[in-house]
Amino acid sequence: MNTDDGYITEDGRKIGGVVMEMKNITLRFGGVTAIKDITFDIREGEIRAIIGPNGAGKSSMLNVVSGFYVPQEGEVFFRGEKRPPLKPFEVARQGIARTFQNIALFEGMSVLDNVMTGRLTQMNSGFISQALWRGKAEREEIENREICERVIDFLEIQSIRKTPVSRLPYGLKKRVELARALASEPKLLLLDEPMAGMNVEEKEDMSRFILDVNDEFGTTIALIEHDMGVVMDLSDRVVVMDYGKKIGDGTPSEVRNNQAVIDAYLGVSHD
Amino acid sequence: MAQPDSGTNTMVSIPALLRRNANSFGNSAAFREKEFGIWQTWTWSKALDEAESFGLGLIELGIETGDFVAIIGRNRPDLYISMIAIQMAGGIPVPLYQDAVAEEMEYVLAHCGAKFVVAGDQEQVDKVLEIQSKLPDFEQMIYLDGRGLRKYDHSKLHSFSSVMESGKNCGDNSRSILEKRESAISYDATCVMLYTSGTTGKPKGVVLSNANIIETAKTTCEFDNLKREDEILAYLPMAWIGDFIFSVGQAMWSGFCVNCPESADTLSTDLREIGPTYYFAPPRVFEMQLTNVMIRMEDSGRFKKWLFDYFMAHARRVGSDILDGKSVGFGSKLKYLLGELAVYGPLKNTLGFSKVRVGYTAGEAIGPEIFEFYRSIGINLKQLYGQTEASVYITQQPDGEVRGDTVGVPTPGVEVRIGDNGEVYYKSPGTFVEYYKNPKSTADTKDSEGWVATGDAGFFEEDTGHLRIIDRAKDVAKMSDGSMFAPKYVENKLKFYPNILEAVVFGAGRKRCVAFINIDLSAVGNWAERNNIAYSSYQELAGHPKVLETIQSHVEEVNASIAKDKMLAGCQVHRFLVLHKELDADDGELTRTRKVRRKIIADKFEDLVSALYDGSTSVFTETEVTYEDGRKGKISATLEIKDAMTNNVADIAAQ
Repeated sequence: MNTDDGYITEDGRKIGGVVMEMKNITLRFGGVTAIKDITFDIREGEIRAIIGPNGAGKSSMLNVVSGFYVPQEGEVFFRGEKRPPLKPFEVARQGIARTFQNIALFEGMSVLDNVMTGRLTQMNSGFISQALWRGKAEREEIENREICERVIDFLEIQSIRKTPVSRLPYGLKKRVELARALASEPKLLLLDEPMAGMNVEEKEDMSRFILDVNDEFGTTIALIEHDMGVVMDLSDRVVVMDYGKKIGDGTPSEVRNNQAVIDAYLGVSHD
Repeated sequence: MAQPDSGTNTMVSIPALLRRNANSFGNSAAFREKEFGIWQTWTWSKALDEAESFGLGLIELGIETGDFVAIIGRNRPDLYISMIAIQMAGGIPVPLYQDAVAEEMEYVLAHCGAKFVVAGDQEQVDKVLEIQSKLPDFEQMIYLDGRGLRKYDHSKLHSFSSVMESGKNCGDNSRSILEKRESAISYDATCVMLYTSGTTGKPKGVVLSNANIIETAKTTCEFDNLKREDEILAYLPMAWIGDFIFSVGQAMWSGFCVNCPESADTLSTDLREIGPTYYFAPPRVFEMQLTNVMIRMEDSGRFKKWLFDYFMAHARRVGSDILDGKSVGFGSKLKYLLGELAVYGPLKNTLGFSKVRVGYTAGEAIGPEIFEFYRSIGINLKQLYGQTEASVYITQQPDGEVRGDTVGVPTPGVEVRIGDNGEVYYKSPGTFVEYYKNPKSTADTKDSEGWVATGDAGFFEEDTGHLRIIDRAKDVAKMSDGSMFAPKYVENKLKFYPNILEAVVFGAGRKRCVAFINIDLSAVGNWAERNNIAYSSYQELAGHPKVLETIQSHVEEVNASIAKDKMLAGCQVHRFLVLHKELDADDGELTRTRKVRRKIIADKFEDLVSALYDGSTSVFTETEVTYEDGRKGKISATLEIKDAMTNNVADIAAQ
């Protein structure tokens, strides 16, 4: 099914070429090997899920994709070029944005201000001009505010625009985090357990938003998720990890019928 | 009047009024909508431009004279403009309730044979697509918000902007068609068709002519001196006649600005930012706001609470009189002024009512305390009585003659008489043309002389000439001992308690009255929180013994007050229960305008009604509920039945 020019998904969307490629990645923390020799790719416009039982190394994998961890072995290719170790803001400038498993927002700031921080890498007026609020600084703020307002409108959080994040319920905080990630207009969006701790209704809302983001902006999305129902419904291709190794890779239906995956989830003894 | 007098006799249609406004004050604001955090303005000239372009776009799509076009969505300038554009292109707009489920829409769309649909967003588009196989006349759909619709088959689907674009670039042929059709609109031609919410049976399509709408707008704008400078917030369903009269009829006639909120959730913020001068809300909204204020005051500090109580007590004493311009002592005036600075002013500001010059409530009876509260802090809240068939207005209260228990005097131009059975009849320039495709109902409601039966029972007060409404005429019945049974009268008294959201009283043909009660989750929930009562669901809270105790005391107080009225003393509630679920329009228990559907409730909860009459102390029941997304589920509960103390009429009569 996969060719170098992409493929057509079951629901008829066109998936493009490879955006990011992981080649033989191995990641160790001291004596612990978190990821063992994993290879997979993420293609333009697809929703790619990484699943696996607790401690399988999913979050570590996402941190390698985002450039936060530098693997001891293996190479990461971004848009065909080998990626050197980068600082977080450099990753952001490349068009990669992420949300966190444990919400990482500025609790005391309003929703709008939090979303505006997503635009920081795009603002480059100087300290003085920002303080004086003249010329470039003013123009920049207005442009960026508009982008943020579009995101706020898109995620339907207008009514909490001015509310401090600390006063929001958990489900909404997750949505604000997604808003902040979207504000940077990412090409590749990494979501670390976007539905963790949500009730059914919130999960349905979030799924809808993820699909809409992918549909509306053509954003490539890589996500980690525990809820198998959600993963199977949302994603185009799934990587399955267990004990730091890749044990499956393919469309949801392929993965579902993979014996190694079934064993990992139903708990066969490992030797 | 701030009306530009440009020969009003040529103003025979809404498009003509729009053209007049665009010519005489093209640069003033016609519509505003908050989008992306900023209030965006449509001037009258821009509104006219867009209406023309959209009308031309509809002609390009093949609209013919007399075609019905449905409009489904929340209040947005684009949708209001599209209604006028439809009229320009020779069509008839039919706004629908946006929260209606697909089956309800199917009936209405099939009944009028709508050829086009203008839908607000994906949700509405989905509903229409779901039922399109059952709509033989349906041809094209136009959507406003394209989000999520990218992958849809666009052979029948067009974006609002693309239709407008095609109108802008159309040839002279379409332009001359538009011109011809627009100038052909007569005063008696259909302006709009609105479906009644259908308290009984299927909704009926009420056909209203240009004359109905424009005459009504004219007299009522004069009545309340509505001017170009006024501002309103359009947030009530577009399918409701009130919104059409306020946001289209009166707005077009007097040229005031219609403001549309950003979303349903931001309503209170938007209200505060706009500060409307002319405001309408059903009693429920005022009730909810007052409940919120009271809850917040309960939670505030001691000093603030004292200040609030102190000045509110003063406002209750003199506030209404000051508002009515009656003379009050100098000291009282001064104290009221202080109160304005310390309490009333800030409170009105928080509620978004600082600038309200004329406020109306209608649709249901409003609790006297609620009504008094708003008037005492200086908001000119009045009542009106009307219905779709009358283009809203039958009676309304003039400034200075406002009372909680009447609905006012006949609106100028309206004649009202009371029938032999106590039913209210009226005849007015706003009287509807007919029910669409339903001559039988038309004849049943409107006689050959043009008198329309309202279906409400009421009477004129002899000394003031104000109309008082008791109940729906057909709900007023006899109990088995022949005494009068007026359920709504009792229900309203019950509903005036903040803890009670809804009540349904039964008793026609029986010996005694019984009632279903719905608790108000926000009021009772807050009370539970303050008293450390834990609950995990609506059902559990509704069944809590202490809640039942409170409700029982309310019922007994109502009984005592009813017993004073000799005519209605038989309506005292002997037994009641608190329902385990909220009555909901999705389950068919309420209409979309949230009126109780008595018969349906009686059938659905038959087991509960019989338990109320057979003397049992508790009853087990299972009920089907419909969730917002249309799925169905079941909830079951064991409900406790309470006996309420009643008062002997003879005792009171003897005293």
